[in-house]
Amino acid sequence: MAGKLLRVNLTTRSCGIETINEAWAADYIGGRGLASKYLSEEISPQVDPLSPDNKLIFATGPLTGTYGGANGRYMAVTKSPLTGTIASSNSGGYFPSELRYAGFDMIIFEGKAAEPVCLQIYNQQVEIVDAAHLWGKSTQETEDALRQEFHGDAKVACIGPAGENQVHFACIVNDKHRAAGRSGVGMVMGSKNLKAVAVRGTGGVRVANPEAYREASREAYSMLKQNPVTGEGLGALGTAVLVNVINQSGALPTRNFQSGTFAEAEEISGEKLAETYLKRNKSCMGCIIGCGRVTKLAGARFSGDGEGPEYETLWSFGATCGISDLAAVTKANYLCNEYGMDTITAGATVACAMELFEKGLVSEEEIGMPLNFGDSDAMVKLIEMTGKGEGFGKKIALGSYRLAESYGAPELSMTVKKQEFPAYDGRGIQGIGLNYATSNRGACHVRGYMVSPEILGLPEKLDPQATEGKATWTKIFQDFTAVVDSSGVCLFTTFAIGAPQFVNFCNAATGSTFSDEALLEVGDRIYNLERMFNLKAGIDPSQDTLPKRLLSEPLPDGPMAGQVSKVPEMLPVYYQERGWSAEGIPTDEKLASLGL
Amino acid sequence: MEKLIRIEPAKCVGCKTCELACSFKNAGEFSPSKSRIVNEVFLEEAKFITVTCMQCDDPWCLKSCPKAAISKDAVSGVVTVDEIRCVGCRTCVSACPFGMIQYRADTRKADKCNLCNGDTPECVVFCPTNCLTFAQEDKPLREKVLRFVNTMKDGQMEA
Repeated sequence: MAGKLLRVNLTTRSCGIETINEAWAADYIGGRGLASKYLSEEISPQVDPLSPDNKLIFATGPLTGTYGGANGRYMAVTKSPLTGTIASSNSGGYFPSELRYAGFDMIIFEGKAAEPVCLQIYNQQVEIVDAAHLWGKSTQETEDALRQEFHGDAKVACIGPAGENQVHFACIVNDKHRAAGRSGVGMVMGSKNLKAVAVRGTGGVRVANPEAYREASREAYSMLKQNPVTGEGLGALGTAVLVNVINQSGALPTRNFQSGTFAEAEEISGEKLAETYLKRNKSCMGCIIGCGRVTKLAGARFSGDGEGPEYETLWSFGATCGISDLAAVTKANYLCNEYGMDTITAGATVACAMELFEKGLVSEEEIGMPLNFGDSDAMVKLIEMTGKGEGFGKKIALGSYRLAESYGAPELSMTVKKQEFPAYDGRGIQGIGLNYATSNRGACHVRGYMVSPEILGLPEKLDPQATEGKATWTKIFQDFTAVVDSSGVCLFTTFAIGAPQFVNFCNAATGSTFSDEALLEVGDRIYNLERMFNLKAGIDPSQDTLPKRLLSEPLPDGPMAGQVSKVPEMLPVYYQERGWSAEGIPTDEKLASLGL
Repeated sequence: MEKLIRIEPAKCVGCKTCELACSFKNAGEFSPSKSRIVNEVFLEEAKFITVTCMQCDDPWCLKSCPKAAISKDAVSGVVTVDEIRCVGCRTCVSACPFGMIQYRADTRKADKCNLCNGDTPECVVFCPTNCLTFAQEDKPLREKVLRFVNTMKDGQMEA
């Protein structure tokens, strides 16, 4: 059942269709794992991320485009210009499934087009087309134009002006409001002069054992429906359900991590969103959870419509900027979708700039306006300037690390490996802190979502302040996440379904014969492969840590007052759990056992 | 007695699981293009519309078929294509004003919803929001009537 990959050389404007390496597919499943394998084999980890020598891979998994829970995801894998690590950013919507209906499991983009181009795929007919007229257009305008010019039912993934203007956290937006958001994958796409990929597929996806696949799906459906998070919380309020939950736990980073509680959290909560701007709930392809929020702003100050804000976005433009103005947060979200920017890094970088301003490290003249915490008008304006590449927006476009460093205060950047934290404070939730420190793409919650056991109590409740056992849990979460990210399924299903269900899915879909252990070993293999890429790229293990603030400035208030992150205590245990040396290097023995 | 797929658009979230379930059961693959039920997503308007064959009482497809390959079951009311008689002439495709019968290039036959031949339709089995139900009674219609009646009741002056 070997799938097909489309190789697109943008320099020579040529395309070729290849059979996917079956041995690699067996070892890495697909998606994040398989694309990381291809990237590791085909580029030097030391390559300049913005040079034509870097490659950009779109990869679906063997479950993408099927039913079963939430099976409509793809991964954008490349070397990140933000972090210098391997990047893999995930997105849902309808585009990933459409790619499989066209007959492709993966696309590898290499080289660089001389002029802006887009790729048009109609089943197995593939064409690289001039896209100069689309350059400068928003992601929504680009999709509308391609629907008109190419095919009315086309699904589109594209960059907005931010990717063109080389914003370090530009994302790739598909289906107008869904994003492969983090690590600047859109900046790489822009560097290749690739504006968009439009695809129409009228074929289908077959599985090895249809009866078993249907059975596995029925089982997963009932587990997802009965689970309080996937069956109720996410459907009712979306990810925004977390604002009040995390704030009450004392781990909602506020004013650039100067506090762990936000007094006005209620104003930016999922409950508030439901009362105000929410129009409708929405799913991605084949998803029974339905966490998407379609919203509309029709006020005097801000108007527009789109999807979101999600939890992380409510936090990044809300709590960490000290802003409780939900309309402004929602508007900033829309702008990010239109310009094609990661909302997490965008908001977190504005928060960092706010602290730089309040500490007198950057002047009002340079910014062009005062930039105090809580100033929602300034925040929205700055986001727009960033997308357009205007004025101080050009500094925001660097991300918080490069921004803070340029003012001599890198310690004010709340990042790991130059990527901004999402909306959970590692001082209030110890395991998520360890996951941030050891995530292969820099600070990230969806590499090992320890919030699930530590706060939500799934699959069992852990004490968020305990350190014992957290290394083991973090490793298992990271490995399992790598499997899920490789299968084409949404991570949110894992609140309800675990390795046994994924074993059933993968085996029925591909004819593989995984056991639970063997499947988790695939995750371990992917994790070590990514780690080796990063080490070769020069990301040394001393970067497996958190900013000084989280290690030495205790949370000042809330239920977690007085706490700092205990990453230094947990890290050696984590290395040991991983089978790495005390210095954090995978041992030869470990690598050999994984076939690396 | 006649049972039909009842559709409540307000409950739909645009996941297209109905299309996936239908095509997987009836075409052997996950393929929205081969689905007999269509879930259309209008992103901008945040509206999701699902349509399928309503098994007409006096079906255009049946009347137009030159080979008498389409019949309507007197008991179940299901309108079915006889694949042996069907010659793939596509006349029915032109005749149906709703676009709910299509020509399948892989089978070279006309293809339409047959309510899964007596089983509970697969789209209904997999619909996560109960937007689709399979019932004799048109409950969605009754609910709409009740909503309307209740609005009137709430607005009525005290006697």
